[in-house]
Amino acid sequence: MSVLTQIRQITPRERRNILVGLLFALPWLIGFLGFTLYPIVSSFYYSFTRYDLLRPPVFLGFDNYVNLITDDQDFRIVVYNTVWWVLFSAPLGVLSAFLMALLLNTNIVARSFFRAVFFFPSIVPVVVTAFVWQFLLNIQYGAVNGTLQSLGLPTVPFLSDPKLVKPTLILIHMWAQGAAMVIFLATLQDVPRSLYEAATVDGANALRRLWHITIPMVSPIILFNAVLSFISGFQYFTLPWLLSGGTGGPNQSTEFYSLFLYRNAFVYLRMGKANALAWILFAVIIFFTFVLFRASGRFVYYAGNSR
Amino acid sequence: MTTSTAPQQTAIAPNRTVSQLQRLRKMSAAQWATEILKYAVLLFLAITFLLPFYWMVSSAIKNDTQVYTVPPVLWPDPQFWNNFWDAWSSENFNLFTFNTVVRYAIPATVGTVFSSAMVAYSFSRIRWIGRDTVFALVLATLMIPGWVRLVPLFIIFKKLGWLNTFWPLVVPNFFGNAFFIFLLRQFFMSLPDELSDAARIDGANELQTMFRIILPLSVPALAVVALFTFMDAWNDYLGPLIYVNIEEKWVLALGVQRLRNAVAEIGNRQLAYPYLMAVSSLITLPIFLAFFFAQRSFIEGISLTGLKG
Repeated sequence: MSVLTQIRQITPRERRNILVGLLFALPWLIGFLGFTLYPIVSSFYYSFTRYDLLRPPVFLGFDNYVNLITDDQDFRIVVYNTVWWVLFSAPLGVLSAFLMALLLNTNIVARSFFRAVFFFPSIVPVVVTAFVWQFLLNIQYGAVNGTLQSLGLPTVPFLSDPKLVKPTLILIHMWAQGAAMVIFLATLQDVPRSLYEAATVDGANALRRLWHITIPMVSPIILFNAVLSFISGFQYFTLPWLLSGGTGGPNQSTEFYSLFLYRNAFVYLRMGKANALAWILFAVIIFFTFVLFRASGRFVYYAGNSR
Repeated sequence: MTTSTAPQQTAIAPNRTVSQLQRLRKMSAAQWATEILKYAVLLFLAITFLLPFYWMVSSAIKNDTQVYTVPPVLWPDPQFWNNFWDAWSSENFNLFTFNTVVRYAIPATVGTVFSSAMVAYSFSRIRWIGRDTVFALVLATLMIPGWVRLVPLFIIFKKLGWLNTFWPLVVPNFFGNAFFIFLLRQFFMSLPDELSDAARIDGANELQTMFRIILPLSVPALAVVALFTFMDAWNDYLGPLIYVNIEEKWVLALGVQRLRNAVAEIGNRQLAYPYLMAVSSLITLPIFLAFFFAQRSFIEGISLTGLKG
């Protein structure tokens, strides 16, 4: 009843605006239905089927999920690798970006030059990142091991030892944090100078100013970058794919979740299993993001008039 | 993006250098030590960040002997500059560039810029009931992991018969990109309402207002969107890997992989590493040039949206 009266209260002008507004938003609305909503819903359906693209899908109930969780040895390895990756890469990536931004935010000459240098690795084609690092770290012909060798030091199998590959990936990850760094730097430059001046007058040293002013003031952006890193960490694909030549090796040590998903979907054409994997990932990401936002209430400080 | 909203300005105070000199004069020994340490760290980091690129370019102009020498050759002598040309013509990189630019990046960029601008215009310059709810939905889609859509989209595109065409990579760009809708909406909202009102009084409809008033004033923001979309297409590996994996439709990212595979079978092919590094350098060059000439757009575009590169 109230809805009806509300509709009647809409003036012709308002109705015209709704029509025009929707018309301009139409590309996104169609795209949302066709490229987001329908795929996600159909993915949910496929996740309960066996489907190889050739024959029609066969309904299996929860079999895909149950099999993955109860008796899939590869799934366990993949989950271990991915959780390891997310737990280390997200904090260390954010830390790397934050420290670079802090350094650039001090009184330095040639700041734009250093900012450009720190930023650039994050925009080069990922194939280039992969192949250049692979070359640099190669056990036989790499510049790094070549230097170690000529200094009489033992060579390090960065990319061929299962124990060392993930830490090596972390280092490459920390090297390509330019985008997050730029976001931090923009935020740091918005922190009112008066706060630092007041703290200095009160006798706070640089470390205390960092802890009591800088970190609280940028904490919303720390959260923002952490959430983005978590979400992208769970979906880490191209670099381990290229560095391992698509194998997830050595010895499955870089077989991350998305590599496993890719293999099931596009190599083995197990679309049902792949969609179940996708939905597990979706649920985990939503859960983690939710937990992160909830837990952040205690640590994140929102200034009254900030975004 | 000089007219972007105030809080995101990243401009650096121009009087820094002057105050810096005054500061230097008053510093104690401990402060000097801190300064020296700071620049040492900065320089160390800068060298670490640049070294891989130096190594890429310098290895591109080496011959095999220079590549495999221990200790590593820092400054190749003699230098083989024709490696660039030889490497480029060792595979059909002209075709791969054509595929990347003409068949993928340009249509994707045109589609993204126009559709995102139109949708952002609706969310910022037209007042309609329910607008903010729909916009919240746009932002919510940013949280959806790409892998959840990837597999079902592949099934859809396969059913449409679009595999091994560029349609799956290009068409979705014509339906707006949530990140860029957000970016452009922020920008459009910073333009005064009086502009649209004046146009309306003059009898312009929304389409005319958008094309004649708002878009011309938003060229810097549109340029950021175009730049990022083009760059994403240029750098894209996963999309082409899934959808257009036949050689005559390879993009650069897939073409380079052929050279990488030649490295793996060492002994079979000469100059494998120099060629790989030469083509890697050449496909990084446009990104470097774009960044060099449009650094402000990159930096401000990223700080405006929080977009990851």
